[in-house]
Amino acid sequence: MSWESFFQNLSNGISLGGLYALIAIGYSMVYGILRLINFAHGDIFMLGAYIAFYGMLIFSLPWWLSLIVSIILTAFIGILIDKGAYKPLRNAPRISALITAIGVSFFLENLGLVVFGGRPKGFYRPHIFDEIITIKGVRILSLTFYSLVITAIFLVLLFYIVYRTKTGLGMRAVSTDMETARLMGIDVDKIISITFAIGSGLAAVGGVLWAMKYPQINPLMGIFPGLKAFIAAVLGGIGSVGGALLGGFILGIAEIMLVAFMPQLSGYRDAFAFLILILILLVKPTGLLGVEVKEKA
Amino acid sequence: MKRSIIFVLFVLSLVLITGIAFAEDVVKIGVIFPMTGPFAAYGQMANESLKIANELRPQVLGKPVKLILLDNKSDKVEAANTASRLVEKEHVVAVIGPLTSSLSMSAAPILEKAKIPMMSPYATNPLVTQGKKFIFRACFIDPFQGKVAAKFAIDYLKIKRAALLTDISQDYCVGLVNFFEKNFKALGGEIVSKTFCKTGDQDFSAQLTAIKAKNPDLIYMPNYYAEDALIAKQAKVMGINAALLSGDAADAPEILDVGGDAVNGLYFTTHFDENAVQSELGRKYLEVYHKKFNKAANTVGALTFDAYYMVLDAIERAGSLDTVKIRDALSQTKGFEGVTGTITIDKNGNAVKPAVIKKIEDGKFKFVTIVNP
Repeated sequence: MSWESFFQNLSNGISLGGLYALIAIGYSMVYGILRLINFAHGDIFMLGAYIAFYGMLIFSLPWWLSLIVSIILTAFIGILIDKGAYKPLRNAPRISALITAIGVSFFLENLGLVVFGGRPKGFYRPHIFDEIITIKGVRILSLTFYSLVITAIFLVLLFYIVYRTKTGLGMRAVSTDMETARLMGIDVDKIISITFAIGSGLAAVGGVLWAMKYPQINPLMGIFPGLKAFIAAVLGGIGSVGGALLGGFILGIAEIMLVAFMPQLSGYRDAFAFLILILILLVKPTGLLGVEVKEKA
Repeated sequence: MKRSIIFVLFVLSLVLITGIAFAEDVVKIGVIFPMTGPFAAYGQMANESLKIANELRPQVLGKPVKLILLDNKSDKVEAANTASRLVEKEHVVAVIGPLTSSLSMSAAPILEKAKIPMMSPYATNPLVTQGKKFIFRACFIDPFQGKVAAKFAIDYLKIKRAALLTDISQDYCVGLVNFFEKNFKALGGEIVSKTFCKTGDQDFSAQLTAIKAKNPDLIYMPNYYAEDALIAKQAKVMGINAALLSGDAADAPEILDVGGDAVNGLYFTTHFDENAVQSELGRKYLEVYHKKFNKAANTVGALTFDAYYMVLDAIERAGSLDTVKIRDALSQTKGFEGVTGTITIDKNGNAVKPAVIKKIEDGKFKFVTIVNP
């Protein structure tokens, strides 16, 4: 393979991995706090894309305003889902919450089919994202750079919230030990709501960027990116924000490189991603950056 | 209170009895379409035209036709479930649909076993009807379409080096690529790259990077419109100048919406174009379609219309609602002048008819040429 092709593949991998990372962080945050794998996360991602789509189509908002509206509304939906579906089960066995999450996922997908219709819709890609930048023969869509920048901005914001604010301190406390945190006077329900809001808001950002990169949205679009992001989160160490970031990039690059080096296996790309999941669960279940958490009694 | 409940029950049972009595006086035809999921666009287009067909010809053997539409959600398992339901619960005399090859293949064994004729408007894979007596289709099959594509590439586009990008989760795409490859090589062409994808994939950058490294003149990618639009879009970003050639699954207006500028120049082999319509029935169909929907008629709809008419013709010729007699009549369909050309059903239940080649230009479908069988 020529260097040109290699760097083209690498840039494609980074561009895909950045999106996986953004979605994976939401998974990881909710898991870190509630020990709940929120399987509806991919569908929240889908809602984020649709809200931005209708924002631009019906209300003719500029793309950045649609993005902000989408983040806010999706964050709000995230809170609603938690209050409606997960909160009543807070003290139930974890498996109940997990099954509920799968139920919420199906509910959102089918709601999407009814409300938005099953036909795929073309998503508008703003002109500044539609330019092609050529560096030594490697052709990159300008969206790739912007989406990395946008991802970085939201990550800095996220790290600031988690490590520099009182809310973040609360989140870390709840994630270490929910009961003790409650005894120390932390409003656990509020912290959980904020976590869902942030996780869902990031899913909305991911959804909009994804829809601009692959400009076609349908109500089932969240399933595969959601599963891939889940793999990325487990790969990096679920519960760890840095791990989700790392896992996302590794998975994105690995998927692209598999196809690049073995084009005849390109149809098995998803199988390969799941193979990574199985291997990591066998070899290092805590993931690359995860720490062992003792099961709560 | 009690009395009112008894009254309600009485009324309900009356409704039930009259309902059953009514049911005996109609001809029930089952319809299985993907109304939701990735192929929803086809399902909706087919349903529009089916309604027109039903309005133009609402009766057969002097009885009204009752269409029972079930959604298979673009899913193979659901396609089989809906077929079972039509057999066991609805007792239909014939089935129109499912639309695509994989979905038809999962419904066909059930209908074959129940001896109920099935007429798929749009399933082009040869295996759909192979070895089956009760399974028919209104479209031509993939070997013919693959051959036409190869001939078109060599004779019309004058190219020799092609790359293949196949959706391996669809029997339809795999079949088309195989027939294209065979004929293309036989005509002196060379296949320089083979890559694969899956329905629902959104990122094709790695496959396209591999293709670009081989610098082909043509990418043959007979996949569904959703994938094709994204492939075209990403190929443009990669600066790939090869011509793009697809199959009839690209023939959905959605490809224009999603693909935008990137799909300009895409060629595809297909079943129907308004400019290729020659029959009386075809002109009538176009007239009603334009009046009703105020847009250009599409392929899936035209084929569904022909499927409905062929089934009704067969029932008329059979002169009874006996499913075996309907099957025999269907298999003898000859020279039926439909919307999509003159159709003869061969001994395998396949339609023998001409193919159309179209191109996307300035965001519109444009008729290129007709290739006869």
